[in-house]
Amino acid sequence: MRDDAPSATNSPTSGSGPVSPENGDGATGPRERAKPTYWRSRTRSVLKHLGLILFGLIMLYPLLWMISSSFKPNDLIFREPGLIPSEFTTGNYTEGWNALLHPFSHYLMNSAIIVLGSLLGNLVACSMAAYAFARLQFRGRNLWFAIMLMSIMLPIHVIIVPQYILFSELQWINTFLPLIVPKLLATDAFFIFLMVQFFRGIPTELDEAARLDGCGHGRIYLRIMLPLSLPALATTAIFTFIWTWNDFFSQLIFLTRPEMYTVPIALRTYIDATAESSWGSLFAMSIVSLLPIFLVFLFGQKYLVKGIATTGIK
Amino acid sequence: MSGTHQYGRPRALTERRCAMSVVSELRRTSGGKSPKTPGSKRRSAAHRGDGRAALVFLAPWFVGLIVITAGPMIASGYLSFTDYSLLEPPSWIGLDNYTRMFDDPRLLNALQVTFTYVLVSVPLQLAAALALALLLDRGLRGLAIYRSVYYLPSLLGGSVAIALLWRQVFGADGLVNQFLAYFGIEGMGWVSHPDTALGTLMILNVWTFGAPMIIFLAGLRQIPRMYYEAAEIDGAGKVRRFRSVTMPLLTPIIFFNLVLQVINAFQTFTQAYVVSGGTGGPADSTMFYTLYLYQKGFASLDMGYASAMAWLLLAIVAGMTAVNFLASKYWVFYND
Repeated sequence: MRDDAPSATNSPTSGSGPVSPENGDGATGPRERAKPTYWRSRTRSVLKHLGLILFGLIMLYPLLWMISSSFKPNDLIFREPGLIPSEFTTGNYTEGWNALLHPFSHYLMNSAIIVLGSLLGNLVACSMAAYAFARLQFRGRNLWFAIMLMSIMLPIHVIIVPQYILFSELQWINTFLPLIVPKLLATDAFFIFLMVQFFRGIPTELDEAARLDGCGHGRIYLRIMLPLSLPALATTAIFTFIWTWNDFFSQLIFLTRPEMYTVPIALRTYIDATAESSWGSLFAMSIVSLLPIFLVFLFGQKYLVKGIATTGIK
Repeated sequence: MSGTHQYGRPRALTERRCAMSVVSELRRTSGGKSPKTPGSKRRSAAHRGDGRAALVFLAPWFVGLIVITAGPMIASGYLSFTDYSLLEPPSWIGLDNYTRMFDDPRLLNALQVTFTYVLVSVPLQLAAALALALLLDRGLRGLAIYRSVYYLPSLLGGSVAIALLWRQVFGADGLVNQFLAYFGIEGMGWVSHPDTALGTLMILNVWTFGAPMIIFLAGLRQIPRMYYEAAEIDGAGKVRRFRSVTMPLLTPIIFFNLVLQVINAFQTFTQAYVVSGGTGGPADSTMFYTLYLYQKGFASLDMGYASAMAWLLLAIVAGMTAVNFLASKYWVFYND
């Protein structure tokens, strides 16, 4: 029993504890069971579950309804608040796919290119900077570290205008470069912070031993830190994916030619293009655009939850 | 391999029981205590040559800091004192942009809209997050499933797709009104009426309470069980235990969530842009500050004014964070 050992809460296992369900047998469980009012607490727990399920359903209802509506003929969307379509069609998907200037796959591809570039940038550049902050001693380290932390909280609006001027001088507007190059330069400092936290948790004895064996920093970084940091790299990759995929503001500013549109920008233009008459195809393409995020959510949940719990990101 | 490696630093979790965060890190570094490297004095000899290595490892970040972040920041500071439309070189006009802001009714309105949004939706969102975290904390069966269900909206909430969905759900013949019709209530076009449009966006923000909920859950797990046991031995009831143990130990997490969500909410753009179709309407009722900034800078090409607006935004966000930090002395309990 965990309760026999209060110190268990301070043991290293609590590092993963905050999020693992088996740790959930919390403070009050055993005590409540000891009470004679077994049935009362039983009913209460059933009621609680019912309440939580109902609440979850209400929360997800708009989403579920959007999925269902994407398979309904257009006129039904405005008449049928229920989840089961009385008439089933996949026409919305074929129609939506081709409703804009380019087939939707074109926009998916554009988004994918930006995501891949950002992934590469954030994984390589941020982990390099994180290695320096976590492991190397250099002059002004604390100062630079503080500057890095503050840059995380800098609103993008403060720098977007000069950035736009800079990139238009470079003729980079309507290319993917303004969206990728900054990531290659580790400007998503948030991930530097995340990896610094992780690197600090790796025992220094490991790299000391490696140095005694004649390893340089390059090899320690490549052969020791990176392989041991797969969870942090996974968290970085997942959040980079979701943020870049959802990003609207900077893509709206830097990409104005229809052939450069990404998924969010293309989706937005549906409203103008179809004059709101075809919610069905709009919903269908919305589902397509959310699908990658949902898949990442399904398979990367562990890292998502840990990432939020330890760093507090959205 | 990754299975055996715990996320984060176990020791750190006991040192400071609040979740590792940018905020607490800043609080620590600004407090003058430098991050501890174990045995740093002893190994100073072993760190000879680190400087050169650091230069290599930090090179991309350094270039990025100068070219992408700090440089543009200085440039926008300069531009905020100029009249600049991208077509001609900027001309110096002193403080004109800043004084103009206080006579600009649309800007003052944008400020009011944004403040209302932040002050109403952030507390509601955090209250929902905390309430659900407390409900889920008691060793609930199926916790993982509930957590996922409640968290999913946080992931999707920032997307254009969801904003479009919101536009339909709260539209004149949208989902909400279809339900209201069941009860014989005739709804209205919630997104197209100036009195309710902002409210639909607030609901959208509250809907994404899952992320702060997960942070609360993590915080709850880190409250040592022995505190509750001690309180119980002393005869504290359930309510008392919550008030005297859970709440005080959770205040750092509440504070952290508050700072984070206020900063986020202040920069809301996508939802307002999409739901209003880029106009901030109806009647400027969803004209968020960042949306107005975008319109000024990139639609009217009034880039000097937009830069001044950006600096005011920075000042406001920094100010609100500072107020949060100052006020935290009176209600946040740090156990260190």
